[in-house]
Amino acid sequence: MFDNSPVIVGLEIGTSKVCAVVGEQNASSGLNIIGLGQSRSRGVRKGEIADASVVAEDIRNAIVEAEQMADVEIRSVFLGVTGGHIRGFTNRGVHPVVSADREICEEDVEDVVKNAKAVNLPAENYVLHAIRQNFLVDGQDGIIDPVGMLGARVEVDVHVIHGKFNRLQNPVRVVKGLQVEVDAIVFNGLASSLALLSPEQKEMGALVIDMGGGTTEYVVYSGGNVKHTGVLAVGGDHISNDLAYGLKIPLSKAEDLKIKHGAACFEDTDKTKSVSTESQLGAPGKTINLEHLRKIMSLRIEEIFELIEQELVGAGLLDYLRAGVFICGGGARIPGIQNVAERYFQLPTSIGKANSISGLKSALDQPEFATAIGLVKFGSMQQKKRTRQGFITQAFKETFGGLLRRS
Amino acid sequence: MDFIHQTPTSERFTKISVLGVGGAGCNAVTHLAREPLAGVTLAVLNTDAAALARLSIEPRIVLGKQATRGLSAGGDPERGRAAAEEDASSIQALCDGADIVFVVAGLGGGTGTGAAPVAARIARESRALVFGIALMPFEFEGARRQRQAALGLQELKAVADGVIWLPNQKLLKLVDDKTPIVEALDHMNSYVARTIVAIWGLLTRPGIVQVDFAALRAVTQGRHAESSIAIAEASGDDRAREAAEKLVAHPMLEGGALLTEANQVLVSILAGPAFSMGEVHHLMERINRVCDGAHITVGAAVDARLGDQLTVTLIASRGGADSSAAALLAADAASEGLNPFRPAKTKPDQAETPRLRKQTARLRQTQLPLDIISRGRFEKSEPTIHHGQDLDVPTYIRRGVALN
Repeated sequence: MFDNSPVIVGLEIGTSKVCAVVGEQNASSGLNIIGLGQSRSRGVRKGEIADASVVAEDIRNAIVEAEQMADVEIRSVFLGVTGGHIRGFTNRGVHPVVSADREICEEDVEDVVKNAKAVNLPAENYVLHAIRQNFLVDGQDGIIDPVGMLGARVEVDVHVIHGKFNRLQNPVRVVKGLQVEVDAIVFNGLASSLALLSPEQKEMGALVIDMGGGTTEYVVYSGGNVKHTGVLAVGGDHISNDLAYGLKIPLSKAEDLKIKHGAACFEDTDKTKSVSTESQLGAPGKTINLEHLRKIMSLRIEEIFELIEQELVGAGLLDYLRAGVFICGGGARIPGIQNVAERYFQLPTSIGKANSISGLKSALDQPEFATAIGLVKFGSMQQKKRTRQGFITQAFKETFGGLLRRS
Repeated sequence: MDFIHQTPTSERFTKISVLGVGGAGCNAVTHLAREPLAGVTLAVLNTDAAALARLSIEPRIVLGKQATRGLSAGGDPERGRAAAEEDASSIQALCDGADIVFVVAGLGGGTGTGAAPVAARIARESRALVFGIALMPFEFEGARRQRQAALGLQELKAVADGVIWLPNQKLLKLVDDKTPIVEALDHMNSYVARTIVAIWGLLTRPGIVQVDFAALRAVTQGRHAESSIAIAEASGDDRAREAAEKLVAHPMLEGGALLTEANQVLVSILAGPAFSMGEVHHLMERINRVCDGAHITVGAAVDARLGDQLTVTLIASRGGADSSAAALLAADAASEGLNPFRPAKTKPDQAETPRLRKQTARLRQTQLPLDIISRGRFEKSEPTIHHGQDLDVPTYIRRGVALN
């Protein structure tokens, strides 16, 4: 029943596109991207499903395309989820070591992690991820594995990413409706950061901003651990909407102008330049000042960065990002966005590219596919864990059981 | 009208127009027409052409032939207002040359509530002094009509020099419960007519102690004041005491309750030739005792036709913090020469200034000037609220960045 094929599929149901990436665990245990399928998303608003039947159709198209390209049959996927309801926070668990010789054993570690995961959340919330960070033994920080050490008290920080159960279930149900199994649901921001960051960058501290169509996710790594995650339900759609409203043009034209002439900042020379939209289907063409266009865009983009910056300042993390800022998602395509981010965070900024993965160059180079590639990577890590444990059934229980029992 | 030109200006009649607006207003004016008054022209205005055709008074004006097609305003003051604005020129023609214009309307419905303030404004624009007589709805007509009437009253007060209101509920107490409805309404209408006659008499009849328009205005002007009128008649030896007791227990004055709370009172006594000083004293002492602390103005006149009858008209106002200020203003206006007994058009520039000021103070229910900002494609989705801001609204709008 359980298919342990080396094919790992990441499926992202985004606001602007649905994208399926097929990865293969090759012999040397490296990950290879062998297929990519995508289709335009029509039924998603702000990262969440608004029209399930349309979304189902879009998913089918993307999966079929990926299957053809990779020449495999897709039976199960790692599904990326997002939405404004998803929150992340760090919780600390404490456990006293009771054994006579004060040696910390496996059970102590299990207990302390269990304590840290026991967070007080409303009943309708579901914990997506509980990511273990460093241990503390008797107040000594930075311990990666405390088993075998001596101490009276073990503590651990767990970063908990949670969201509303029903809203997280919607995409799962749509995918299952297509006779495709869901191996696990993964927070999109986390997936993107997995694709983008190398272990060294995670160690140095980095901020990943995934600016998508409907939402912007951000993840902060420091000291090799996830320190902060968050979602802003603001994205590229908002930029188009602002343009349509401000320039009084139809939404489709606004989208078009954003892609052709948009930029994250404006220069004095833009004042004298103008662009025009073509007239079509009765809608007359319009000449638009380039400065207006870019001003509206830049204000929105700056605001997004500002909100993230405020959040990080509040969490006291801005000084720990030595590796810099990495931007991915469709928003990374906006010319000049790097400079704006550099200005806001006072950190080196780069457009994120998937690394430590081989395969389709066309997919790896593009910031839009970071999430889907990250999902594949997440899947490969899960599988590695499973084979290490050797208990397939238990792994099955872990992934599904949690999802189905919601506890 | 030649008559006016022939007589010296000091002795000429004050020209008064009475405009009955809406159904109730028309009925009251019809009642008034039963005994002709010197120097008074009557006119009826209504949006309901059929109701108007049944009346015998000329001129009759159907308001808003286009706005309502002569089919009444249907209880909507906005339509009543629109109808009156449409026929502004014919209303203007009615007010032309009048010194004082009475606007009589039943508030709460469509035409009375909407058109009366417009008619009052037009009258004011044609340089007449405007006095409103507002009939307030019965309690059984419901809260909506009461509210509508209250709004209409505010509007009317803002444009008129003075407004007296006659709540139907109080008028109802003037008649016996068992009185047939037609008779009861007739009785109430006749009271309204008598009110108008009384005010007319007050202003036009040469008196021993004269009450002028400024005094009337001082009592009835306050924006938030509530002015009521009561009329009492008595005859015989003990007529002064009898009239005083009748007034103090008058249903229009809430059985005297209004008198105790009143801060402005105007009393006009009219009697036959046998009118004595002692009677004035007795009457005023009784009234003074009830309305403690009110500013009282007294007028007295003798009319040979009344025989041994004594008529007391009392106008009382309560509430309205600005009424004392209004009294001062009225006194100022009076010293400036706003006396209606001088020809209104001789000193137009002096009359101009206070009127312009009042016109700007005109009240109107408007929408708050809040911009409704479209959330565009996110109209139907869950709003993204972040620290109290709706992030779906374009940033440049929230930050007030101008695009030009």
